[in-house]
This record gives sequence, structure tokens and C-alpha cells, in this order.
Amino acid sequence: MIIANILLLIQYTLIFASVLILVALGGCFSEHSGVINLGLEGIMVMGAMGGALAMKILPASMPGIFIVLITLIVSLCIGVLYSSLLGVASIQFKADQTIIGTALNMLGTAASTVIVKAINNAESLALNGTVSQSSAVQYNIPKSNFIMNINFKVSSANGDTSFARFELNWFMIITIIILVLAYIVLYKTKFGLRLMACGEHPQAAASVGINVLKMRWAGVLISGALGGLGGICYIMAGVSEWRFENGVVGFGFLALAVMIFGQWKPQRIALAALLFGFLRALGNLYSSFGFLKALNLPSAVYNMLPYVICLVVLALTSKNSKAPKAEGIPYDASTR
Amino acid sequence: MENNFFKKSWIQTLISSLLCIILGLVLGLVVLLIINPSGAFDAIKSVIGNFLTWKRGSYKLYYLADTLVRMVPLLMCSLAVLFSYKVGLFNIGTSGQYCAGICACLFGAIFLHLPWYLCLLLAIIAGALVAAIVGVLKAYLNVNEVISGIMLNWIMLYLTNLVLDQPDVIKNTRTLETFDLSEKAPQALLPKLNLFGNNFTSIAIPLSIILAVLILVILNYTKFGYELKATGYNKNAAKYCGMMENTNIILSLVISGALAGVGAAFYYLSGIENWNCSTATVPAMGFNGIAATFLGGLHPIGTIFSSFFIEQITLGGSYVNMRMYSSQISDLISSLIIYLCGFVMFIKVTINSIISKVTSNRENKNIKIEGDKK
Repeated sequence: MIIANILLLIQYTLIFASVLILVALGGCFSEHSGVINLGLEGIMVMGAMGGALAMKILPASMPGIFIVLITLIVSLCIGVLYSSLLGVASIQFKADQTIIGTALNMLGTAASTVIVKAINNAESLALNGTVSQSSAVQYNIPKSNFIMNINFKVSSANGDTSFARFELNWFMIITIIILVLAYIVLYKTKFGLRLMACGEHPQAAASVGINVLKMRWAGVLISGALGGLGGICYIMAGVSEWRFENGVVGFGFLALAVMIFGQWKPQRIALAALLFGFLRALGNLYSSFGFLKALNLPSAVYNMLPYVICLVVLALTSKNSKAPKAEGIPYDASTR
Repeated sequence: MENNFFKKSWIQTLISSLLCIILGLVLGLVVLLIINPSGAFDAIKSVIGNFLTWKRGSYKLYYLADTLVRMVPLLMCSLAVLFSYKVGLFNIGTSGQYCAGICACLFGAIFLHLPWYLCLLLAIIAGALVAAIVGVLKAYLNVNEVISGIMLNWIMLYLTNLVLDQPDVIKNTRTLETFDLSEKAPQALLPKLNLFGNNFTSIAIPLSIILAVLILVILNYTKFGYELKATGYNKNAAKYCGMMENTNIILSLVISGALAGVGAAFYYLSGIENWNCSTATVPAMGFNGIAATFLGGLHPIGTIFSSFFIEQITLGGSYVNMRMYSSQISDLISSLIIYLCGFVMFIKVTINSIISKVTSNRENKNIKIEGDKK
């Protein structure tokens, strides 16, 4: 069974890494434009809620590819809409980005719980008159639409052949595409270079005719889109149903750690996400591996490790940090 | 005359906080109206009323006391956020320091069977130590305190689950809830007040108010407080004046963390709630503390009122009609209020520009009248 376990571990690692790459790239775009997006967690929750509701409403008879596409687009749009709250406050009104980010995290979980519960309750009352306080969305469509199965023939020692299954998730493919796109956009296009200029020295960028506010809006909205995608990706990977009052249990913050560990560079973010995703997967699956079980480390240790690593990296690299120089500072044209 | 009144900084703070509250409540009401228009006004009334929803007077008082018990940790967390904010540091790691406090005081109480004052001391030390990590990283390695605070929040959450998940501490091996203090560690319960017959009220309530006043005194009337604020305004200028800016940064975070730790001990040593080792998210107390700090206009006394208000509506959420709404509506309202608090600067600037417009209009008028007289 060890091969099946290893496959499962790879599968979990890849799916967690996909979530982390998507969301961390979102954070990367926002920070490169000069806005710290601490609200990634909230954006993920809202995006996840949008996608989950789409899965609930869409008819099951629809072809799988459309279901996948529509769900993704809904999550993406909700993410963009929600991140515009950050844009309005911190770009237009120059509000403190840390306060707004914190508020968005709390608001995301609270709002999605209220909405999902209201829908469940109304349905339950209409169906049989009982009150429902469930915060999980019942999908109309099976989640299997997001998954392609690949079967491996495994021969065990006693000659029996069995099949080990590897679930290839659509999100893994989408993530790779987005990763490549993000790299090209940031480093090879005029837009990306201008965006990064606004995060490094907005006054200088403005002096050569770049509209700093517009660029920052672009950064924040892209982070909303990717955060929303990451959110739906995360709950689709979850066990069977997802209760929204849990939010996304810290994945937004983990993505922030990935972004820092990746030093705000897409290619390094991908590697960091694979490492942190692997640790998270180990936290879930360590008991299926004999030698890890013998170590007898609780899953909390594996869950904690990414944050510890991030903190150590922060301490070691702070002297030549690659963080955008002007992040977190509202742009004020009069300081030019 | 009335212009001078509106120019006062505390009046402007009060106006902007009230505006945030009113707008937050109105938006909450809109959400309620969308979900179900028939009970929306009753629901918002119960959210604001909280303990007043009870019909009998004795129940009202009992649940007022309950609200006070639950307000204490929030007040301490918001004082923690406030104290570091005065030095220009955003201590978003308050949640983690609070968590460390929970871990230390419950471990001391249930595992080590220590008396309450030693548990309290353990919680203070734990909170202060965690905050000290943030402070040292900030002062000597220039690591952003927000990022290191967030990382430590999660580290402390998992560490707390790790440390408290032991057969001697856990009551229920399935839910991983810790033992009731009254059952396993009555010596660790804080001295009781029995306010309005509420068994959970303890000396924590008056002590937290005293601490708020103490913070006010330290910040406004001592050399130490002055140095801290000076460091917050301009780190380089403070250094130039001979203040030890790095020591001040670390010290302010240590005090801030200690306050969060005290808050945790004040709450969990009252016996009103047990920790659950399967908790998957960082305690919201630290984040609500941020809300209370900014709603309280960054003033220790204002924080007392704002944390009472936030706890009031948070608990009020459980009184809404569950056939129509869910209790999370109050989380929604309080997070909306924090969001709106981000606009406080904008509101103040607007008030000031209105004042200057009104005064300049009046001056123009006066000049015109004088001209007519001539």
C-alpha cells in the first residue's frame, strides 16, 4: 500500500501547493503594486462561497467543462468584487491597509456564514419547516467534475495486482498556466514592469506618466481574482463538505508566508508553495507512513513548521529583503 | 463658539466613532432586511440590546455581569493593541500572545496545580515572551511586526493545542476540551465577586478597569510614556534626543504582550469557558481587540466603552430569532465597524474642512457687514 500512500501524499501536496501558489501570486501582484493585502484569507472565503453557491445552483445535467468554467468565473468575480473593498479604502481613501485587511478577513468569514446559513435555513423551512443552522453548502453537482482520475497498476509482492488512484485536479493545470502567465506578465510586459515600479517608488513612476492609482487598483483586483480562485480550489479539495464558519483555516495567511518565503518572485513562490504544501499534506497523512508514525509527532508540529520556517527566513533575509520598498504606504501625489 | 467645540480632537474622535457604529448597524440592518424583512428590526434590537432582551430584571443583571466577564479579555487585548500602536507598532500578534496566555495559565492551573496568582504570572510571562520575539525581530533585524505577528499567531495556536493536548488536561478525548477549572483546579479560579449572582464574575473586572487607567497614566503622565510616544512619532528624532529607541520598541511590545496574556488569564481563570484543543483558527479576541482600539479612538478610557459595545453586540447576536437569522450577524456588524474605522482619518479631515469652510464664510460675511457699515 506504500505506493498508494505516496501517490496520495503527492496528490495532497499538489492540491495544497496549487491553492498556495494561486493565493500567494495574488498577494504578490498586490504587494508589487504597493498595497499590502492582509485580507487574502477573507477574499479566499468569499471566492469559495461564490463558487460553492454556483455549484449549488447550476443544473447537474450541464456538461462538466461548463460547470468547471462557470464555477471558476463566479469565484473569480466575487474575489474581484470583494477585493475592491480594499481598493476603495486603501487606494482612494488612503486608509491603513493593515486595519482594512484585518477587517476584510473577519468580514469574509462572517458574511459568508450569514449568507450560507440564510440560504440553508430558507430552504430547510420551505422543505419541511425545520430550522437549519448549517453553514455547509450542499452541492447540486458532484465535485468529481473537477477531478480526472489516473489509475496506476500496482503489483504487490504476492503477485496480486491492484490499482492505485491518483486524482489529477483541474486546479493543478490551471495553477501551472497562471504561474507561467504571472511570470510573463510581471517581468516581460510593460504592464508588469510599471506595476512593480509603483510598488518600489510610486513618485518616480508617476513622474514618467504612470497612473499610480490605476496600477494599484490593477494589483489589488488581480489579487482578488487569484484569491477567489484559490478559495474555491481549497474547498473543492476538502473532504466532503465545507463549513464556512471555519473560514479557510489560515490558508490565506499561509499563502502570505509562501509569498515572503518566495521573496515576491513567482518562480520561488512555486517552490515555497510545494514545500509548505508538502508539510501541510504530511500533517494530514503522516499516520499512514510507518516511520513517521513511529516519530509520533502530532499533526500540529507539521502545521506549525511552515510558519516557523517563514519566521526564520524573515529574520535571516531582512537585511536584504526583496519586499517592494513602498508597500503599505498610501500614494500621495503631493509628496512627489 | 461651536466651531471651537467641533475642533476639539476628542469630539472629532467621538463623532467619527459614532458614525462608524451607526453606519455599521445600518449596513447590518440592510443585510437582515435582505434575508428576511419581517423580523429585521426586532433582530437588530436584540443585537444592540443583548442582556436587555431578557424580561425579568434579575436575568438582565445576571447577563449584564456575563457581558462584563466576557468584555474583560477584549478590553485587555485592545489595550495591548493600543499600547504598541502608540509606539507606531501594529501588534496584530495580540491573538498569538493571548493564545500563549491561555496555554500558560491553563497548563499551570490543570497540569501543575498552581494557585491563581502564579497562573496569572505565567500567562503574563508567556504573552510578554511571544511579543518580545516580535520586538527583537523588529528592533534588531527590521522585520515587519505585522508579518512576524501573523506568523507567531499561528505558531502559538498550534503550540497551545500541542501543549494542552494531554491526558491530564483534556476532559473529553473526542472534542479535546480541557477540564473545568472548578472540577480539577479550583485553586486556580480567580477570587470571586458574585456580582448580581453571577458565579463567573471575579476581581478581573475591576482589575481590568484599573489597568486601563494605569495605561492612561503611563502614556500621558510619565517620562517613559513620553519616550514611547516620541519613538512612535519619529524613531530617528527620538534616537537623536538620546532615547533608546530599540529598547523602547521591545519594551512596548513586551508590555503589550503581557496585557494580552493578562486578558487570557482573566478570562480562562474565571472558569466561564474551556479551551478546545481541536481549535483550527486563531482566537478572534486579538482581532476584535483591534476593532475596539480604533473604535475607542486610541484612548484607554475610550477603549473601555468600545470593548463593552463590541462584546455587547457580539453576545447580542445569540438573541436573534434563529428561525430567520444566524448569530454571526453580529460578527458581520463588528467587522463592518472595523472596516469603517479605516475611514476615521478621512472623516476627521472632512470635519475640519467643513469647519474651515464655515469659518471662512462667516469671516467673509463679517468683512462684508463691516464694509456696509462704513
